Amino acid sequence: MINKKVANVHEALQGVSDNMTFMFGGFGLCGIPENSINELVKLNLKGLTCISNNAGVDDFGLGLLLHKKQIKKMVSSYVGENDEFERQMLSGELDVELIPQGTLAERCRAAQSGFPAIYTPAGYGTEVAEGKETREFDGKMYVLEHAFKADFSFVKAWKGDAAGNLIFKGTARNFNPAMCGAAKITVAEVEELVPVGTLDPNQIHIPGIFVQRIFQGEIYEKRIEQRTVRQKS
Amino acid sequence: MALDKTGIAKRIAKEVKDGYYVNLGIGIPTLVANYVREDIEVEFQSENGVLGMGPFPFEGEEDADIINAGKQTITTLPGASFFDSAMSFSMIRGQHVDLTILGAMEVSENGDIANWKIPGKMVKGMGGAMDLVASAENIIVAMMHTNKAGESKLLKRCSLPLTGVGCVKKIVTNLAVLEVTDNGFKLLERAPGISVEDIKNTTEGTLIVEGDIPEMSL
Repeated sequence: MINKKVANVHEALQGVSDNMTFMFGGFGLCGIPENSINELVKLNLKGLTCISNNAGVDDFGLGLLLHKKQIKKMVSSYVGENDEFERQMLSGELDVELIPQGTLAERCRAAQSGFPAIYTPAGYGTEVAEGKETREFDGKMYVLEHAFKADFSFVKAWKGDAAGNLIFKGTARNFNPAMCGAAKITVAEVEELVPVGTLDPNQIHIPGIFVQRIFQGEIYEKRIEQRTVRQKS
Repeated sequence: MALDKTGIAKRIAKEVKDGYYVNLGIGIPTLVANYVREDIEVEFQSENGVLGMGPFPFEGEEDADIINAGKQTITTLPGASFFDSAMSFSMIRGQHVDLTILGAMEVSENGDIANWKIPGKMVKGMGGAMDLVASAENIIVAMMHTNKAGESKLLKRCSLPLTGVGCVKKIVTNLAVLEVTDNGFKLLERAPGISVEDIKNTTEGTLIVEGDIPEMSL
């Protein structure tokens, strides 16, 4: 067993610096690496490029980094659930690259899988395809999209072990698996770090080979963005 | 009487067939799930990573780890599955999802759709819409026939930035059901009490009217 376990978030984030490109798992606030984000806020790094489907809300998730003006550029599919984001974007302080959600996932997966680029039909004929190579296959047009290049990817899983094996829960899985191994260093935080040998190898979602560092997060708030319920009749 | 949003959802629900995997967009499309016939088997996909979506949870049973693409707390039904975003869009791009229902700001007579960006206003992003419209074989647009200013949303050419080109097959509005053909919008059905003339007057794009146009049954 190759040990990926580090003592805490501080140790997990060794080597991060200004102007780096980071990937963050999560969809909305679901499945985001809360502890790594909070540590990045404390470290007060600047000039970051963040690849993440969304940009958090004003006082949670990547919104915390935005609030301290640590982010130079966001690469996302859907943003603007927070006022500070909108302010920085409209004032030109923040650079935003919007890309289709499936393309975002696949550009992560391409980086993980050793593909330099992929062809996707998404965005063909729209401004997303402007300046990009296009090609016809079997009568349909596709856009060439390149694999991401990132320094760190920060992912969050439900359970993991010191070997770096990960299991996700529910829709908190989202972008996390495709970001594992998609950056130079993958930092995985888990709600529960279990002894090696207790996870069933048949049930592993991401094998430890894709993870360089793993730690158990101290606190998980797991905030709900849209609480919707039905009444018992 | 023009239909309300519920009426549009009820009419679209009739397009949902037994054995379909369906992706519902935010807004009117979400309502469709409430009106699908109970004697057929349908599974709803949400692109953030769940197939077999159920209703909202009862109060106190919400789970932060189980949400839909609108970030709302949901439940799952027996037979449901969770998966990552890459696999989710494999289902979509790979045309494994049978029917996609989504809203639009504009549709053109050649099937282009615009639904993600208004220049000069805050742009939130396309989310999964571009992947969905670029890939789905069967796309139904649910929208009002005109915008708040009373202008037609069924145009010769879209004026807003496009989400996808030549992809919309069918449109259900508060006034009509229309099919996108090589020659323009073909009128299939009228909302109850709405005349062909009413629809002509509110459709900027080419409208094809052949024979008697039946009223929708809901």
